[in-house]
Amino acid sequence: MSGPPRPDALSLRGLSVHYGVLPVLEQVEAHFAPGRMTAIIGPNGAGKSTLLKAALGLVPVAAGEVRFFGQPLAAARARIAYVPQRASVDWDFPVRAVDVVQMGLYRSLGLLGRRTAAHRAKAMECLERVGMQDYALRQIGALSGGQQQRVFLARALAQGAELFLLDEPFAGVDAATESAIVSVLQGLRDGGATVVAVHHDLSTVPAYFDRVLLLNRTAIAEGPVATAFTREALGRTYGGTLPMDPELAAQ
Amino acid sequence: MEADFVILSLTPILIGCFAAMACALPGNFLMLRRQAMLGDAISHVVLPGIVVAFLFTGSASTWAMMLGAGAAAMVSVLLIEGIRRLAGVEPGAAMGVTFTTMFALGVLLLEGSGAGAVHLDVEHALYGNLESLIWLDATGWESLVDPVALAGLPPELGRMAAVFALIAIAGFIFWRPLELATFDEGFARALGLPVQAISLGLVAAAAMACVAAFTAVGSILTIAMLICPPAAARLLTDRLPLQVALSLGLALLSAVGGYVLAGYGPMWFGLPNSLSAAGMIATLSGLCLALAAAFGPHRRAA
Amino acid sequence: MMLEALLLRAGPNATLVTLAALTLGFAAGVVGAFLFLRKRALVSDAIAHATLPGVGLAFLAMVALGGDGRLLAGLLLGAGLSALLGLGALQLLTRHTRLPEDAAIGAVLSVFYGLGIVILTLIQGLNTGHQAGLESFLLGSTAGMLRADALLIAGGGAVALALVGLMRRPLTMVAFDPGYATVMGLRPRLYDLALMVLTLGVVLIGLRVVGLILIVALLITPAVAARMWTDRVGVMALVAGAIGGAAGYLGAAVSAAVPGVPTGPVIVVLAFAGFVLSALFAPRRGLVVRLLQTRALRRRMRAA
Repeated sequence: MSGPPRPDALSLRGLSVHYGVLPVLEQVEAHFAPGRMTAIIGPNGAGKSTLLKAALGLVPVAAGEVRFFGQPLAAARARIAYVPQRASVDWDFPVRAVDVVQMGLYRSLGLLGRRTAAHRAKAMECLERVGMQDYALRQIGALSGGQQQRVFLARALAQGAELFLLDEPFAGVDAATESAIVSVLQGLRDGGATVVAVHHDLSTVPAYFDRVLLLNRTAIAEGPVATAFTREALGRTYGGTLPMDPELAAQ
Repeated sequence: MEADFVILSLTPILIGCFAAMACALPGNFLMLRRQAMLGDAISHVVLPGIVVAFLFTGSASTWAMMLGAGAAAMVSVLLIEGIRRLAGVEPGAAMGVTFTTMFALGVLLLEGSGAGAVHLDVEHALYGNLESLIWLDATGWESLVDPVALAGLPPELGRMAAVFALIAIAGFIFWRPLELATFDEGFARALGLPVQAISLGLVAAAAMACVAAFTAVGSILTIAMLICPPAAARLLTDRLPLQVALSLGLALLSAVGGYVLAGYGPMWFGLPNSLSAAGMIATLSGLCLALAAAFGPHRRAA
Repeated sequence: MMLEALLLRAGPNATLVTLAALTLGFAAGVVGAFLFLRKRALVSDAIAHATLPGVGLAFLAMVALGGDGRLLAGLLLGAGLSALLGLGALQLLTRHTRLPEDAAIGAVLSVFYGLGIVILTLIQGLNTGHQAGLESFLLGSTAGMLRADALLIAGGGAVALALVGLMRRPLTMVAFDPGYATVMGLRPRLYDLALMVLTLGVVLIGLRVVGLILIVALLITPAVAARMWTDRVGVMALVAGAIGGAAGYLGAAVSAAVPGVPTGPVIVVLAFAGFVLSALFAPRRGLVVRLLQTRALRRRMRAA
């Protein structure tokens, strides 16, 4: 392929975030190349979730610059999908799984756009991709935690985004859900989309992801799993509390 | 008999219907946002707002009342927030302090000012006043096409219908963002929706319904209209559009049934006078809720 | 007249009424403090509104039995029964349906009130000769209160106070940490029930003086005001009692001087005045102290 290089799907320059006077992120530099699948890893309190939220403007940014596809957030919103860690919603809300997925079509529907058979088919297709088509008409609270997580991923799929930001997509889900989510995400990447996920389980990093960003208040290391996901870099990220030997895990 | 019905009952029934539906509509979303008591607070706070507006302008015009009630709502929001921060107490307690004090002030102003002699009195706030909103200029059904008679319709009818129409149209236009922001505020914000403005709009709609309904069903019975039909509908379905539609149906049922029972029920038992229509409407809406709680297919959480 | 009432010199009956209002306010403040700490303040609003059908039905029953119908003890018995029914409905709605508690409170409150209003209009229509005057239960009135009524209110308040005094330790523990209280061998459900019964008691004796619409204020507002003064539960309950008592006492006195005005709103506004004074002048948490502190801090920073 020729032509100018595609801009990074997400780039952060000198990003700093404070909660009150407490610094959570300081001068983070990170660039997420398009068409790649990146894990953000780091110890508890390292600011991983905050990084995603700050990039999306959900928490105030103290300093720094955020660019999506070379543009500010407002211009790129339609190209971004975000799956929060265990969505903080009212599980008793009167919506069904398929209604939740259709919320992902909001940008194409707008306020009064007519919901057509094509929209419904799109929602069902997204549910199928996460293996939830049989549960389309269940009320959202009647699903298990893993099933709920898959529905929220389907909602993100329906958005038709090019960049997927996921906050701990595997936290507290069953094995079936984890493998379903992984294959969907890898399918997205193979289709050219960019995937960025906050991730906890170091042992699965090499199997699931192409690249890593090691984070502890600031970016410690960034790069392909083969070169950046090293014992030395992890030691610097986690200090003395390394939960698992990465080289062992890599095998 | 027919002429009697048109003169005495038609307009109160219509006003009751519009009032019930105008309240039930925003009530659905207030309930889902765990803000049902906000409706309670608003309906109490409306009283001092209307009284002060009346004292200032000397008229009971729609705009003056809306403005006064809006100002009172703003004052109470500030008070609730101030008390919450200052005393470090939960919002429920701060709300309780605020709306009781505002209501007490409203009563005292009303009693002390003599505004009661003209248009407002404490009884209206406590009992509602549906029965008195009659159509004196009517002679029968044919009056519905008689411009002279139509000009004599009680102004509350036009006001209530307009408020309901406004809320219904706004609800229709903003349905999707409202549903989104109510279900998943974080997602709505990530989509770039103005969630603050949406919340504010919802509270404004509820306040508008409360003000307009005040003259018809009274301050406190407005709460029944805000809460009971949506609560009953919630127990009947797991789908939001259906829930809202059902709540409107139950509101209509309560309004018509309540008025008829209050107006004609005592006659069936040989009693001379009629009962409070607003009270009966609230009672009926409560009966609907009780039935839904006992038999509704979705009465329990999944 | 007002000064005389304040100094308890407006005649033996008026004096008794003023003292009853004082006891009521004190009991409401103390019970309200625990209710507030348990975060159940608004439940009392549902209880209060749910008394209205009972008041009406008790009146009808007493008239049917050939009585006067206005006997306070009888009316309060009806009120208590119907409030218990309301409390039961509230429990059923929150335990056995998916409705959130605030919606259930609002529903019970408004429906029972509506039913009560229907019954009141029924009584008006029956024209039993003696106009019932039940409207005074909505916003409260000390006018025309009998000596027996005042004694009943004062006695009820005293009993409620004694019971709170007896149960103050378990009530505090349950409010602070129900889980720990269970470990300590207390039964939170039992003490929650006791607190509800105490609340019901205060609501009942407050019906005549403050009225069912605003009695909730006499439970909440003094407690919130007292929270400004102290971090200790016992002190807070006493301060809340003092503020509530003062509001009741002054409110009854004002009522004696300006007969047309319903007593309830006067007492509620006075209680709120108590909150405003607390918010301004309480040590440590009060606005004035905080303002002075900020200023002193700034001066020191400028000097440094």
